[in-house]
Amino acid sequence: MAGVTAEQLAASVGTTTYLDALRQAMFDALAQWPEAFIYGQDVEDPFGGAFKATKGLSTAYPERVRNAPICEDAMAGLAVGAAIYGARPILEFQFSDFASIAFNQLVNHAATTFYRTGKPCPLVVRLPMGGTAGGGPFHCQSPEAWLTYHPGLIVVAPSSVFDAYHMLKQSIACDDPVMFCENKLLYFHEKEVSEAGKSLNESTPQLPLGKAAVVREGDACTVVAYSGMVKEVMEAAERLSTRNGILVEVIDLRCLKPLDMQTIYDSLARTGRLVMVNEAWSYGGVGAQVISQVTQHAFHLLDAPPRRVSALETPIPYHPELWRSHRPHARRIVQAIIETVQY
Amino acid sequence: MMTSHHSVDRPPVSDEQRLQLAELMLRSRMLEQRIAALYRQGRIAGGVYLGYGHELSSAACAMQLEPSDVYAPLIRDMAGRLAKGETELDVLRVYLGRETGTMRGRDGNIHRGDLRLNILPMISHLGSMLAAVNGALLAKKLAGETGMVGMACVGEGGISTGAASEALNQAAIEHLPLVVIVSNNQYAYSTTNDKSFACEDLALRGPAFGLQSRSCNGNDADACLSTAQAAVAAARTGAGPQLIVVDVLRRCGHGEHDDGAYMSQELQENYPDCITASLAAWLESGLIDAEWETTQRSGIETHIQSIVEQVLAEPEPSPHTEEWTALSNPGQLYEVNL
Ligand SMILES: Cc1ncc(C[n+]2csc(CCOP(=O)(O)OP(=O)(O)O)c2C)c(N)n1
Repeated sequence: MAGVTAEQLAASVGTTTYLDALRQAMFDALAQWPEAFIYGQDVEDPFGGAFKATKGLSTAYPERVRNAPICEDAMAGLAVGAAIYGARPILEFQFSDFASIAFNQLVNHAATTFYRTGKPCPLVVRLPMGGTAGGGPFHCQSPEAWLTYHPGLIVVAPSSVFDAYHMLKQSIACDDPVMFCENKLLYFHEKEVSEAGKSLNESTPQLPLGKAAVVREGDACTVVAYSGMVKEVMEAAERLSTRNGILVEVIDLRCLKPLDMQTIYDSLARTGRLVMVNEAWSYGGVGAQVISQVTQHAFHLLDAPPRRVSALETPIPYHPELWRSHRPHARRIVQAIIETVQY
Repeated sequence: MMTSHHSVDRPPVSDEQRLQLAELMLRSRMLEQRIAALYRQGRIAGGVYLGYGHELSSAACAMQLEPSDVYAPLIRDMAGRLAKGETELDVLRVYLGRETGTMRGRDGNIHRGDLRLNILPMISHLGSMLAAVNGALLAKKLAGETGMVGMACVGEGGISTGAASEALNQAAIEHLPLVVIVSNNQYAYSTTNDKSFACEDLALRGPAFGLQSRSCNGNDADACLSTAQAAVAAARTGAGPQLIVVDVLRRCGHGEHDDGAYMSQELQENYPDCITASLAAWLESGLIDAEWETTQRSGIETHIQSIVEQVLAEPEPSPHTEEWTALSNPGQLYEVNL
């Protein structure tokens, strides 16, 4: 378990964290959809999951929150069969890295079921992804590129508390398989006072699952990010605004497959410049897809070559200092934006 | 070999079951012979994998299922599929890639399934279907539906996968009414048993995971019918998951592209053909008379011929009308409240 202490949990009471939002979304989904159930390692109380995302849920719904043995392949296979037979399974993988064990069932079974049979396959796989200091090569990866590759899977990655709640509920309601990428760094760091004094479950979603959001307006450059990188990019944008007078527009992709390219094109029409930031490695990933779409369909809008900021091309290092340099961080993002704006 | 890990309850078998089995075996064999011919004529795209030698055990097991039971057959389970309700028409529509078939040209041949009949469409990746059957059974259990059984088929090759082991463990933990049929047909493609597993008997895998195990000779009709009946009844009445290891011989190459030249002559002598042998025994016991087989064969032949003609006249899928979407409801992604 990556550094979750009892004190941290206690500290989260009274404020709403990303993790609280996920828990609330699942609690509300279990109440709303009798066919929904949760299956994952250690999800039952009293433990309530490696990150405590399911704490309290099995007490409320003992049959529908089930501990799984360590078998990501069979977990995903079970979810496919259950979905075909009318259930809405929600799988929790302890770390998204272990989705590699379930890869076959996800990409060959879940993703192909509707196309082959005409029967929808509504399931959600919750994937705690992204870096935490000390997590190292096997607990910090960002697997979205493997999953976005395959037709038949929807891949989403919320970056805010509000989105964590609403996008998880929207994913559970969705009739197709959704790979729900969560960011472990956001679990505790991202606290947010609820919207206009309303609790999350009283609020209404502002956007559908498939739409990107412009989370900061500007005219100098469009910066596209998702998941944990939205926070880094917002910091970089703030720094550029105060120190350099450069106003960047920040887009949170939210949904990685399918991509909402129109929101990006609309922004490029205002800025003419693009920097793409992802925590994952760059090769063939979401950023590559965004840029290939932009160069094919919106080349005329570009005043400078699009630029990418991604993880360095090695496995993810364990040592916190190495790890901080390995992942994209505000300084590298600032540098890329300045070079793009000055091109 | 009878060891302590075997369950030996043997419910009685009726003549009615034997006759049904005889018919299913013949239908399966003759349909596959026609499919092999269509393949050689170049009318079938992709591979053709046949169940010669498996007909008896495959049908005997699936005959125990009710329409609402879930069945995940494998590549050699034509006879079991027919027992679960597939018809020659359903089968040929898929093999001939027709739009009218359950897979609509989007998948073919042995991957076909029919969810109306609760036959799951297999994916190629061996061992993968066991967990999916577990999922179907868990969904039913959570919905409060009881009395349903799931049957999943796997070979002595496919049972080596991690996927199969994970799913056996999962079924036992969840105490699901799963019946796993392991057909040991002596070859996994060209690989002989000594390179597929090193334990004395595959039935040992059952109790190792918490499943009840049974074994039977795939050429012995009464043994297969009785063993499958006992296992399915046990699963249905809450005894948890069951495993049956069936001993058979694949009486053809791995697929129609494979002449099976590596197969041992000696093994072939040790395993009589399940259809020839059981029909001979039933003739001797008086269950069928001398004309039974001839009448059956001519009826089946005529039926298959008319179905082939019908299906060949049916439309093939067109790339121009294909929907080309892998999502069931992409519009949902653009609705705020799903
Ligand atoms: C995971 C996996 N690896 C390899 C293959 C290729 N393959 C298809 S059939 C087969 C042999 C299967 O043997 P067995 O499970 O004993 O079944 P049988 O063909 O004998 O009925 C192999 C290796 C596959 N389909 N799936």
